[in-house]
Amino acid sequence: MSAAKAHGAGDSKPPSFVNDMVARLLARIMAPLAELGALAKMLGQVVFWGLRPPYRGRILIHCMEYVGVQSIFIVGITGFFVGAVLGLQLVNGFRDVGAESQTGSVVGFALAREIGPVFTALMVSSRAGSAMTTELGSMRVTNQIDALITMAVNPVQYLVVPRVIAGLLMVPILTIFFDVIGMTGAWAVCTRLLGLDSGVFLDRMRWIVDWKDVHLGLLKAAVFGVTVCLIACRQGFFASGGAAGVGQATNRSVVHTAIAILVLDYLVTGLVLGEGLG
Amino acid sequence: MRLKEWFGAFTGRTADEVRRVDPAVLADPVHIRVRDVHKYYGQHHVLKGLSFDIMRGKTNVIIGPSGSGKTVLMRQLIRLEKPDSGQILVNDRDFVSLSGLELDAMRRTMGMVFQMSALFDSMSVFENVAFPLREHTKLSQKEIRERVMERLESLGIAHAFKKFPAELSGGMQKRVAVARSLVLETSVLIYDEPTTGLDPITTCTVDELIAEAEEKFGVTSIVISHDMASVFRIADRITFMYFGEVQASGTPRELLESLNEPTMKFILASGVSRELIDSRRQD
Repeated sequence: MSAAKAHGAGDSKPPSFVNDMVARLLARIMAPLAELGALAKMLGQVVFWGLRPPYRGRILIHCMEYVGVQSIFIVGITGFFVGAVLGLQLVNGFRDVGAESQTGSVVGFALAREIGPVFTALMVSSRAGSAMTTELGSMRVTNQIDALITMAVNPVQYLVVPRVIAGLLMVPILTIFFDVIGMTGAWAVCTRLLGLDSGVFLDRMRWIVDWKDVHLGLLKAAVFGVTVCLIACRQGFFASGGAAGVGQATNRSVVHTAIAILVLDYLVTGLVLGEGLG
Repeated sequence: MRLKEWFGAFTGRTADEVRRVDPAVLADPVHIRVRDVHKYYGQHHVLKGLSFDIMRGKTNVIIGPSGSGKTVLMRQLIRLEKPDSGQILVNDRDFVSLSGLELDAMRRTMGMVFQMSALFDSMSVFENVAFPLREHTKLSQKEIRERVMERLESLGIAHAFKKFPAELSGGMQKRVAVARSLVLETSVLIYDEPTTGLDPITTCTVDELIAEAEEKFGVTSIVISHDMASVFRIADRITFMYFGEVQASGTPRELLESLNEPTMKFILASGVSRELIDSRRQD
C-alpha cells in the first residue's frame, strides 16, 4: 500500500452538515474519555520513568519545597477559617437541639475525613498546580521540552516524575497541617467566642475521631496529590498555541483538577466504606 | 530488544558502542543521507519524498519559502518526529528505525539550536551549558566547570556565565545555545531559522557564529533558513525546498547555474544583491 493511500489522501469528499454535526457531538462525548485515557497513559509513563535511573533527588526536593513548603501559608489560612466557620455553624445549628457538645466530634470527623484532604488539594491545585501548568506550557511553546528531547533527556522523567512524587508526598503532610489548624480554628471560635467548654470540645473530638478516619483522609490526600500534579503537568506538557494556549491550558488544569478531586473523593470514600458505589 | 540493551536501558547506562562509528564511514564525505522521506499530518502531505545529502564538516543550508516543510524536515532530522516512510541514514545507520537506548545515544551526537534558542530560563548560562554534562557524564564538578568555561570562552561569552537567558541579547542566546549543543561530543549541529527576527548586525554575528562553530569544532552544520542573503554568505551546500519537494540541491555555484523558476523567483524576491550572486557563481 502506498504511503499516500495509507493516509487516505484523495478522499476529498466534503462531509455533509448532518455528518459534521454528528461527528462534533461524538467528539464532545468522547473528549472526557480520551482525556482519561491520556491521563492513564501519562500515569503509566510516570511509574515507568520514576523507577528508572537516573534519580534526580535535587529536583525532587525543589518540587517538594515548591508544592509543600510554599503552600503552608495558604493552607494554614484556609484551614483556620474553614475550621472556624464550621465550628460557628455547628454550634449555631446544634444549639437548637441542645447538642452543641457534639461540635468537637463533628468538626474533627469532618476535617479528618473530608474537608482536610479536599480543601488542601484544592488549594495546592490553585497555587502549585496552575503554576506547574504555566511553567510546563511555557517550556513547551518555547521549545524547551523539545530541547530536552534533543539532548536525550526524557521530559516525562525530568519534568513530570518529580512533580507527581512531590504531590504524592506533600499533599498528605499539608492535609495533616490543615486538619490541625482547622481544629484549632474551630476550637478557638467554639470555646473562646461561643462559650463552649474546652474540655467537652476536645473530649468529644478524641472520642469520635479514630486513627482510621485520619488514615482515610491521608489516603485521599495522596490520591488527590498525584491527581492534581498529573493533570497540571499533562495540561502544561501538551499546551500549544503560544501565550494564549498556555492560558487556556492553565484554565483547563484548574477546572479539571477541581472536578477530579470531587469525583475521586466520592469514589475513594465509596471504595473504602464498601458502599455507595452500586 | 537484546538483554544487554534492556539492562542498559533499565540502568540508564550509556551505550558507547552505539555511538562508535567505523573509521571507514567517517571518510565518507556524505554525513547524512535523506532518502524518500514522506510525512503526513492527517490528509496533508507535507514532505513528498525528499532525497538529498548532507555533507560532512560543511555548512548545509536548507532553504525555501514559508510553508515549504523546512521545520517539519528539521523535526525529522533530529527525530522529534518520525517520518511516515523513508530513511535518514546518519553515518550509514538508519536514524528512523532506532529506538530507546540507541536513539538516545545517536541523539547525543547531534545538537540543535532552536529559533528562539530554547535555553532553560530557570538556569544561568553556566547551568544551561553544564546541563548535558550533568545528565550524560560522570565528570566531577571541577571537570564540568573547566569544560563549560572552555566552551563559553571559545564562543566569546565566558563573561556572561552567571547571567540568565532573559538578561541576554538574541545573538548571545544563540551563542549559549551553540555552546550547550557542542559541550558533548557533537558531530552534527542543526540550526532552525537562526536569523529570523534578528536585526541585520545580529544576523551577521549569527552567521559568523555558524562558520566559527564549523571551523573550531569541525561539526557538520545544517541550517534551516529562508534568509537568502545569510544563506549565500555561509552555505557550502544548498538544498532548495518548495512545497515539500526538493527543487535543487548542490553547492551555491551549482544551484545558481541550474536555477529553475521557483528558485529564481524566491531568490530575487528575497532581495539578494546581484553582486553576491555573481561572487558565489564564481566560487
